[in-house]
Amino acid sequence: MAYSTKVIEHYENPRNVGTLDKEDENVGTGLVGAPACGDVMRLQLKINPETEVVEDAKFKTFGCGSAIASSSLVTEWVKGKTITEAMKLSNTQIVEELNLPPVKIHCSVLAEDAIKSAIEDFKRKKAARADAAK
Amino acid sequence: MTVKLPIYMDNHATTPMDPRVLEAMLPYFTEKFGNAASRNHSCGWAAEEAVEYAREQSAKFIGAKSEKEIVWTSGATESNNLALKGVAEFYADKGNHIITAKTEHKAILDTCKRLEKDGVQVTYLDVGTDGSVDPDDVKKAITDKTILVSVMLANNEVGTINRIAEIGKITREKGVLLHTDAVQGVGKIDFDVEAMNVDLASITAHKMYGPKGVGALFVRRSKPRVRIVAQIDGGGHERGMRSGTLNTPSIVGFGKAADIMMKEGREESARIFKLRERLRAKLYGALDELVWNGAEDPWHLPGNLNLSFSFVEGEAMMMAIKDVAVSSGSACTSASLEPSYVLRAMGVDEELAHTSIRFGLGRFNTEEEVDYVAALVIDHVSRLRNMSPLYEMHKEGIDLKSIEWAAH
Repeated sequence: MAYSTKVIEHYENPRNVGTLDKEDENVGTGLVGAPACGDVMRLQLKINPETEVVEDAKFKTFGCGSAIASSSLVTEWVKGKTITEAMKLSNTQIVEELNLPPVKIHCSVLAEDAIKSAIEDFKRKKAARADAAK
Repeated sequence: MTVKLPIYMDNHATTPMDPRVLEAMLPYFTEKFGNAASRNHSCGWAAEEAVEYAREQSAKFIGAKSEKEIVWTSGATESNNLALKGVAEFYADKGNHIITAKTEHKAILDTCKRLEKDGVQVTYLDVGTDGSVDPDDVKKAITDKTILVSVMLANNEVGTINRIAEIGKITREKGVLLHTDAVQGVGKIDFDVEAMNVDLASITAHKMYGPKGVGALFVRRSKPRVRIVAQIDGGGHERGMRSGTLNTPSIVGFGKAADIMMKEGREESARIFKLRERLRAKLYGALDELVWNGAEDPWHLPGNLNLSFSFVEGEAMMMAIKDVAVSSGSACTSASLEPSYVLRAMGVDEELAHTSIRFGLGRFNTEEEVDYVAALVIDHVSRLRNMSPLYEMHKEGIDLKSIEWAAH
């Protein structure tokens, strides 16, 4: 199976690989997928609590080239967006941008899930803090 | 150090043809183009002579007593089909039970599935964690309805060699026929149909530096005389067992490839084994968390190295080392999204199956290539592990099994 040039480009030069402090109250962490299925994505977003703008994004991914490329792409996309905007990113946009074949669509679904899961984690932390303050 | 790219290390999939084989074949395309079945002119006789010479070479190669025990086919898939379906049909009055193993090639497993639809009972034996079939399990599975046992000589994915001689003792004693798919092992390890009591054996030329599209089925003619029902009808070639005009150039190539293997195989295996051990030592020297898949030596094919590079997905790995041709047990290399059924049958975790890479070393690989590949793999595994959340969690001491993963 041939990869699209965009997948290869992201795979060979992945953006924003790394780890943010998951204990930081403004960092939301999304860990999706399963080792048994062959892909696990961890997406971390540092979000400004006042403006709710994503200020930084880092990922680590266990998975095939398309999974790595999908995660790399979304880190670029979410930066600078508000979490409301980021929640609207859909897997079909990833499929189009990377030209993913049908067997690789699950990689894009996983990347979308990772964004949602990271934002939910952030919201959960924020709500927990609000509760504690009461 | 310069090596020519791409580097081919997928010799279980197929092998490049030896130039000596090609040389032997060439005259049979143009000058000596006759039909081996043309009995009344010299063009036919020349072809027939070549085919019969190849038959002798091939019979000798596997220790068969008579060249008449070799039936030419289009490859091992056809040989496997012919052996299983041919025996099941001929011996239907005697019984309807076949025993095979879960790690067999699809050409065996899918043929068995077809036979099941026709009312044949098939036992698919489990294998040990090393991928081998326990001869005792074969013994226990034999019933008075059993007509055939089919166990591969060596596994194409993990290189495990089965104890065919021991299984042969059992089947002979019980009066059950033994077929072996010998494709991966023949020429590389000891294989002798007489010494091992094998009654039917499938071989193909392209796994031993011969051409693609030609195979053979050994069918024992005495003690016991094995009978099969032809699965392709036509002119009654190959003593009625396989009709179709013989593919003379390829058959000549088969014979030549077998002859070279017979003369050089032992020495070659020792050399290839050294290359494999060199690759293994280099990888183990630089990387942690590697898992060896398959049996320990000497029950492992000399040219096979199947390793799980924990925390690095196999397809990503293959993409990283794209100038090196290898295979992976990862799901992502197939449309099914299921990881290797062979590794699964051995009890390897799905997670580890996804990280397996198969290196298949062969006749034309060199030390320089091994060194190049080792350095490349070490480099990329390190890079991909730095990108792997699982490796990071593992390093933090998190037990990955303790996490509730959301399956998808």
